[in-house]
Amino acid sequence: MSILTYRQALNRTLGQELARDEQVVLMGEEIGLFQGSYRITEGLLDQFGPRRVVDTPIAEEGFVGVAIGAAMLGMRPVVEIMTINFMLVAIDQVVNHASKIHYMFGGQARVPMVIRTPSGGTGQLAATHSQSFENWFAYCPGLKVVAPANPYDARGLLRAAIRDDDPVIFIESLALYDTKGEVPDDDYVIPIGKAEVKRHGRDVTVISYSRMTAVALQVAQQLDAEGISVEVVDLRSLRPLDRPTIIESVKRTNHAVVIAEDWYSYGVTAEIAATIQEEAFDYLDAPVKRVAGLEVPLPYAKDLSAAAKPSAHSLVHAIRSILK
Amino acid sequence: MRTTVNKPRSHMISLEHEAPSDLRHYYAQMLLLRRFEERTSEMYVKAKIGGYCHLNLGEEATIVGLNAALTPDDYVFTNYREHGYILARGADPKRVMAELFGKETGVSGGRGGSMHLFDAERHFMGGYAIVGGQVPLAVGAAYALKYQGRPGVVIAQMGDATTNIGAFYESLNLAKLWQLPVIFFIVNNGYGMGTAVERGSSEPNLAKKGASFRIHGERVDGTDVIAVRDAVRRLRQKAEQDHEPAILDVVSFRFRGHSVIDADRYRDAGAVRRGREKFDPITSFATRLLDQQIADQAFLDTTAQQIDAEVQAAIDFATTSPDPQAADLYTFMYATPVANTPAADDALRAVRINRGEE
Repeated sequence: MSILTYRQALNRTLGQELARDEQVVLMGEEIGLFQGSYRITEGLLDQFGPRRVVDTPIAEEGFVGVAIGAAMLGMRPVVEIMTINFMLVAIDQVVNHASKIHYMFGGQARVPMVIRTPSGGTGQLAATHSQSFENWFAYCPGLKVVAPANPYDARGLLRAAIRDDDPVIFIESLALYDTKGEVPDDDYVIPIGKAEVKRHGRDVTVISYSRMTAVALQVAQQLDAEGISVEVVDLRSLRPLDRPTIIESVKRTNHAVVIAEDWYSYGVTAEIAATIQEEAFDYLDAPVKRVAGLEVPLPYAKDLSAAAKPSAHSLVHAIRSILK
Repeated sequence: MRTTVNKPRSHMISLEHEAPSDLRHYYAQMLLLRRFEERTSEMYVKAKIGGYCHLNLGEEATIVGLNAALTPDDYVFTNYREHGYILARGADPKRVMAELFGKETGVSGGRGGSMHLFDAERHFMGGYAIVGGQVPLAVGAAYALKYQGRPGVVIAQMGDATTNIGAFYESLNLAKLWQLPVIFFIVNNGYGMGTAVERGSSEPNLAKKGASFRIHGERVDGTDVIAVRDAVRRLRQKAEQDHEPAILDVVSFRFRGHSVIDADRYRDAGAVRRGREKFDPITSFATRLLDQQIADQAFLDTTAQQIDAEVQAAIDFATTSPDPQAADLYTFMYATPVANTPAADDALRAVRINRGEE
């Protein structure tokens, strides 16, 4: 067991997978000589050389397409997209190609690739660099979308993603990269498609993923002192979505709050709330409450930016509002 | 109204150094493509085929010439006008027609249709229906060939209008930057849907579009099967041995509208009629075979009869093949099964409800 940051967990896992399988290559902008925009790939070029750690030009549509084509011939590319905002430049390749090739061609071709990318807003990055688009990809059958909340899950899910024979979108968070946690040294894998109850509680279920799970756990601890027992369900995978784990929890607590960083309308929280309404309606003692981003292009100004994002305050407020 | 029929004419390369059996094979392949497409059009009108359907009529020499230069190691990625490519690659016409009919026995299990044919065994890596989408994929396949140290090259087939989309330029840049064994094979039939080449491309000489990427480009007469084959052979050798990508601008004449349902009102009807006569790659090749005594009329007649029978057998096979089953709706959803994906039972139930059976 080691104490690692989320960044270190990703970095070491990438190195281990490169060493384990010759068909694994890393591709992306500034991942080699520059050591990675967020230093996730630091040291890997030195260790594995330019054949395995490939710096690309700024051409997301081009190199994501190259990774898909290479995957169809048996390689296992792990692509870094600097932030999820730039995924939009490559979305034709991801949605019209990667997600459909296995199904549309009757199972004759596989696309074993991973796209790693940080989502969400932090540090005054303003409107074009703070968005959350994991719901766009989770919407699309044929993709798998995972979003780990701590170093342990990051490592186990990254291993699962690289070893999976389907295209996996691996959602990271700038705000989580420096968070620490215990990580086993053995070769464990966390199955894609399975949520986890990160904290057990009696009064209310909070459903979240990625950075908002960290916020939910912090709030759960805070409210515990007030005698409110919060259960935290961490989705870990957005597609496939582990509906049974969500529903079982809500049936026990009879209250549900969903929190995510993306915009309120048509976002991840809407999907979860709809699922609970369909499958646990009779167990609810209050309407499902949603906490999500306010619907503006995220402003630059520090206070205004923070005010537009879901927070521990808004989560506490939501929990209190349905436990009255 | 202006209709582009200008095209380079090859110098009708002498056939004296060719193996007669090869030439007769090219003729038979071209005729198979022609008859397959003519009958496909007929089946579409009879509503046996749905969706969009784009035919290779007039492009037979382009396709057969390309295929004649390739080896089984090579991979082919195409756009959605690809029936002829998979046939030339050796796929069974029965299974191709069955795919157009949406049957379980089709080359893509009835999941793809006319625009999404696939044959892994013959390295036919798919028809792709989003213009330009297949080009980065083909470059990626070339990347894998080089990385894995395997022989062969990759063909990135596309239409003339695809040279106006961004993915094409990103692909050219990556192919040359990384020195990959890929040939950008542009089927230049003069029109992107209803837009003539010079109305869509500021550089109408498409072979020059790789210049700023330092990629060599050539133009060839796409109605001359030998000229196409020889051009591909040259470029293929450089691609495989020197990892030197290239552009081949293959000029032909589109016999009909963009797709089966396109009435082709934007082209002058008389010019189209004259173009079909002037640039028919099959009749011109038949004349050459007869003139040079490589084949006689009896061969042409027998070949036509055999091919008509083969295409009819394909239609019969497609007609009698089973439809894909509801229980298999999710069968090809994921290559690696994971928790919480829909199962066959879910599919059956949902399909029954959608059909009003429950």
